[in-house]
Amino acid sequence: MFKSGFKTGRTLAAAAGLAVTFAAGFAAPASAQDTIKVGILHSLSGTMAISETTLKDVMLMLIEEQNKKGGVLGRKLEPVVVDPASNWPLFAEKARELVTKDKVAAVFGCWTSVSRKSVLPVFEELNSILFYPVQYEGEESSRNVFYTGAAPNQQAIPAVDYLAEKEGVKRWVLAGTDYVYPRTTNKILETYLKSKGVKAEDILINYTPFGHSDWQNIVADIKKFGSAGKKTAVVSTINGDANVPFYKELGNQGIKAQDIPVVAFSVGEEELAGIDTKPLVGHLAAWNYFMSVNTPENADFIKKWQTFTKNDKRVTNDPMEAHYIGFNMWVKAVEKAGTTDSNAVIDSLVGVSVPNLTGGYSAMLPNHHITKPVLIGEVQENGQFETVSKTPGLVVGDEWSDFLPDSKDLISDWRAPMSCGNFNVKTGKCGGKGS
Amino acid sequence: MLTRFFLMGLDKKAGVLLTVLAVLAVAVPFMALGTAPDSPWHLSTHTVALLGKYLCFALLALSLDLVWGYVGILSLGHAAFFTLGGYAMGMYLMRQIGSRGVYGNADLPDFMVFLNWTELPWYWHGFDHFWFAAVMVMVVPGLLAFAFGWFAFRSRVTGVYLSIITQALTFALMLAFFRNDMGFGGNNGLTDFKEILGFDIQAASTRVGLFVATVVALAIGYVLASAVVASKLGKVLIAVRDAESRVRFMGYETDRYKLFAWTLSACMAGVAGALYVPQVGIINPSEFSPASSIEAVIWVAVGGRGTLAGPVLGAVLVNFGKSYFTAALPELWLFALGGLFVLVTLFLPKGILGLAAQLRQRLPSRGAVAGTPAGQKGV
Amino acid sequence: MHRALCWLLAAFLALAAPAAFAADQGAADLAPLVRGLGAGSYADTEKALSALAGTGDPAAVPVIEALQAGDLHVRKADGAVVVAKRAGSGFALTDPLTGAALGEADRNAVEKIRINNALRRTISATLGALTLMSPDANTRRQAAEAVFKSRDANALDALNTALAKETDERVRRAMTQARAAVLLAGDAADADKVAAVAVLQERGDQDALALLNGAANSVSNGGSDAVKDAAKKAVASVEQRLALWGAAQNLWYGLSLGSVLLLAAIGLAVTFGVMGVINMAHGEMVMIGAYATFLVQEAFRQWAPGLFDFSILVALPVAFLVSGAVGVAIERSVIRWLYGRPLETLLATWGLSLALQQAVRSIFGPTNREVGAPSWMSGAFELGGLTITYGRLWIVVFAFLVFGALLVALRKTWFGLSIRAVTQNRSMANAMGIRTARVDALTFGLGSGIAGLAGVALSQIDNVSPNLGQGYIIDSFMVVVFGGVGNLWGTLVGALALGGVNKFLEPYAGAVLGKILVLIFIILFIQRRPRGLFALKGRAVEA
Repeated sequence: MFKSGFKTGRTLAAAAGLAVTFAAGFAAPASAQDTIKVGILHSLSGTMAISETTLKDVMLMLIEEQNKKGGVLGRKLEPVVVDPASNWPLFAEKARELVTKDKVAAVFGCWTSVSRKSVLPVFEELNSILFYPVQYEGEESSRNVFYTGAAPNQQAIPAVDYLAEKEGVKRWVLAGTDYVYPRTTNKILETYLKSKGVKAEDILINYTPFGHSDWQNIVADIKKFGSAGKKTAVVSTINGDANVPFYKELGNQGIKAQDIPVVAFSVGEEELAGIDTKPLVGHLAAWNYFMSVNTPENADFIKKWQTFTKNDKRVTNDPMEAHYIGFNMWVKAVEKAGTTDSNAVIDSLVGVSVPNLTGGYSAMLPNHHITKPVLIGEVQENGQFETVSKTPGLVVGDEWSDFLPDSKDLISDWRAPMSCGNFNVKTGKCGGKGS
Repeated sequence: MLTRFFLMGLDKKAGVLLTVLAVLAVAVPFMALGTAPDSPWHLSTHTVALLGKYLCFALLALSLDLVWGYVGILSLGHAAFFTLGGYAMGMYLMRQIGSRGVYGNADLPDFMVFLNWTELPWYWHGFDHFWFAAVMVMVVPGLLAFAFGWFAFRSRVTGVYLSIITQALTFALMLAFFRNDMGFGGNNGLTDFKEILGFDIQAASTRVGLFVATVVALAIGYVLASAVVASKLGKVLIAVRDAESRVRFMGYETDRYKLFAWTLSACMAGVAGALYVPQVGIINPSEFSPASSIEAVIWVAVGGRGTLAGPVLGAVLVNFGKSYFTAALPELWLFALGGLFVLVTLFLPKGILGLAAQLRQRLPSRGAVAGTPAGQKGV
Repeated sequence: MHRALCWLLAAFLALAAPAAFAADQGAADLAPLVRGLGAGSYADTEKALSALAGTGDPAAVPVIEALQAGDLHVRKADGAVVVAKRAGSGFALTDPLTGAALGEADRNAVEKIRINNALRRTISATLGALTLMSPDANTRRQAAEAVFKSRDANALDALNTALAKETDERVRRAMTQARAAVLLAGDAADADKVAAVAVLQERGDQDALALLNGAANSVSNGGSDAVKDAAKKAVASVEQRLALWGAAQNLWYGLSLGSVLLLAAIGLAVTFGVMGVINMAHGEMVMIGAYATFLVQEAFRQWAPGLFDFSILVALPVAFLVSGAVGVAIERSVIRWLYGRPLETLLATWGLSLALQQAVRSIFGPTNREVGAPSWMSGAFELGGLTITYGRLWIVVFAFLVFGALLVALRKTWFGLSIRAVTQNRSMANAMGIRTARVDALTFGLGSGIAGLAGVALSQIDNVSPNLGQGYIIDSFMVVVFGGVGNLWGTLVGALALGGVNKFLEPYAGAVLGKILVLIFIILFIQRRPRGLFALKGRAVEA
């Protein structure tokens, strides 16, 4: 590029020309194609790659499966994979790129709350569709986002109920990573527990930073808190990376599940794959799906997954099931609408019902959350969970918690007459307090 | 007088760069707003936002080059100033949401509502006004830099030690802002902005306006930096870079000179951050991460440190590459980025502009390139 | 002999405790109860288990142990409860009571009897009560501990009997405490309870505190004021004792964190401190060491599962060599062109670190890999009121060993002499016939190899993922800079001081704020001593 005699001025001019050229390159409209594009927005590098890469793979598998069945509306699906690199502003940028440049019909993606918050305005502005597959803190409902993971009432509250009833727990440690999901979940649980008559001194709340690796004090504190003569349990909203050292420390300090059980909301089969689970047998997790669930659909899904990844040891987990449900819902809604147009698909998605992997059907609700069964499982020696409790029916996802003062009066219904994400039943107005 | 001060720093490269910026400032609005969406010359809002982001990073790189290229302070914490400026702007944008948040609470941002905050913390007051936020965008990073530099330069912390403690600074800030108790939204940061100065932040025209503002800010930053570098003060700065002890022995109070450049640089980084936030739509603590600071250093190195125009070019090129690779070859982009770091340090120690200058020196040339760092040591 | 003793015990129990009237029934009578274990729900299993325990028959012990180990299965064909152990692709079946072989079965022909936490608790309590008379002193002690935890009033008689015959002092103490626990939790006479409080006060640990707290605050089990007062006093005394031990415990945590920091930083003290290379890829060397450990363990799992406990020992040299080799390769290909330009080594090694992370991610996948702990690194022991986990203890020991070895290598060997010569005056060393290029490569390899060793240790307490190194790189730099670049002792003191300060602050400020305060402390400290705790003096420093 730098030939002899090339002047700096010209270099810069060339660079500017280049800038305009690639800008124009961006601008060139995508030529009409006979495929339907599906965006996949999961981090493939950086700190979240550990969890999100699997979800990218599962989406590729689902799309491949669907194409084998002939695609959707007679057109093949084409996945568009981008890497937002665990960088939250990059999520917004990539989302915009997927929608405006690649013209995808829907996007499946995000894991952390902050990545969802980052892309949310983009999807609303461009009126596109996002399927979000991870359990989250609730307190949100967008016309353009479909939440296929669990809301707090589909995970946290049933788990606490189980511990209180079946294990007789009277004293609670709420331990979490310091970010919005644990904060909100713990706020909800605190209110809920107090409403059940638990005293303030019987609740210990503890927050640690991301990737916390030295758990000696905290585990010792938990042990101490548990020695007040009442049955104690830990409700853990500790995030991904920090869990392995946490569980290793629990095992080493000899806290057994039969003494102080730990129930986790962010620990699934994938996380356990990195730990020796022998000392952890009996600790609990609450999810809407376990790999060990014994249904034909699940066996089929696991088989396909292990064939797709060419690894017969690959595990499946709850967010993967959420993508499975979300993807099938989208396919069904597109077929029902007969088009991939966002407005039509958004309208036809509500009410769509597809089989989940635990032997039932999950339906998309008017608040863009879905119905799910809640399973409580105990960790086994082989790194799997054994279901010890399952809600008798499906639990309806509640986006605005009844246990937070400012959201208990809010509801969300995206169907035609109301079409509002934060309708206040007290004031009868859309828009929170409706001031 | 003042005009001369600002103009004397401008060399030929500056002329070219400013021309390019001027062209961008005219062409981009026209291409984005004045053309039909299906015209091949149309720029989507995506592209405008992307270009705006690159130019914000260019301003950050420029500010970093001012201290690294001309004073020899390798800051591994410039992202801290950038992010603080961003937070100041983000706080203003949060206040503009008013009662349009999901809870409809006019007094508190959403994240405070669902964490049961009852009143606005004191440090949020004033951010309802744009002028206040605009001042804070420069004052907060500037004050931090001033305080930090005041101690560090007086104690003669230099070289590697200074780099490492700037890293400690940004790391500490990151941890602090991650805490939800700080009242800055914790990990989620500030997002879901609605409008700026009464304009809808999602509207294409607003985006173009922000882009033009960024171009103007970059141009001003460039002119200011060139003026500083070309002035007598700038000569002292370069002397400090090349042999600080000698300059001190000649009677200059080197720490004051350094402190001035350092604080000015931090203010520029703050402005870059403030322009960045409305264009990408979110500010959160991971922007503080030491990795982002190191990446900014790479932009400078790629373009050519000590050239002012180089970092601008480097920031745009590297970020364009990043945008391209993360979409085209998502699995490989870290290899590409990592490889770039290694190759540039090994084969392009003076960056792209340095290479161009080198190539030119072999041929008869009309003038030497000003300010190219040559043979400096200890940095 | 063993069996005879058990029977003797059973007979004795029957005489001494008329309540356990069922004890003289034979194994045949247990059979229906055993069959009941496989009835279906957890509640059914628990009912059957209680019935089984109620017999007090030691013959039930192996059955319950099999249930605990997860070996007890239901044969689907006839609903019989059998012990099934893996044999080839299927299971080898035996009768849980008689131990008679029942042939083999396909994997699908039997169904495991699942247990949950509630059942696990009942099982330990039951086993505790049933194994109090075991001939093995250790088993007896464990049984006593189990009773202590379960506070099962039904075990009281067995406990009294066992106590009367016990000769081993330690077991005796455990049994006395267990008895006290049962008495205090149950409805015994006041005098007994007050005596029990004294016993528990002497034990003085968290578990005792839990019991005493229960007694001091309870209204439900009709404790009288005398008991409550005694318990309250005991609680105060135990709490005071625990607070003292708590301080000591915090010191230990500080030492333990300090040794982790030391391990992570010590390789950097060589590459950065001695050679002046700002090695941002240091964390990735640690990560490579951790992955080497993973590979070695996989090999052991594959070919020598019996020797798994030694896998870590084999992993040490492997990790050292692998990381060292990568280090030498990096030095030869990149770093050697950058000597004298320390800040540019920062950029190049940062690029390398990104590439290495992505390489590991591509090869091993982005998810965590399981690195197991050998049995000698699992668990914990009590030292007075201190709980010390073996894993942490070994890491402390290991950190100091590595430090000592490195010190000796640098001070006492020819290689160390060459390293010091080259760093102090490169051209003079060259003139004296030292092959400086080779020494450079080997020094960088040494630093990287030590980082690999750190990776082995850190794989025991942290995630083995591509991001492993990222978590330690900043801390490592802080330690080296705080201690003083180029001084190994500085690194040691720096690591221990930062670990100690961090753990001292944590109880007051919380983990995050504690860390922020430590960082601010370092920033301020560097202002006071711009070249760290132990600064090198002389002209070379300025260059």
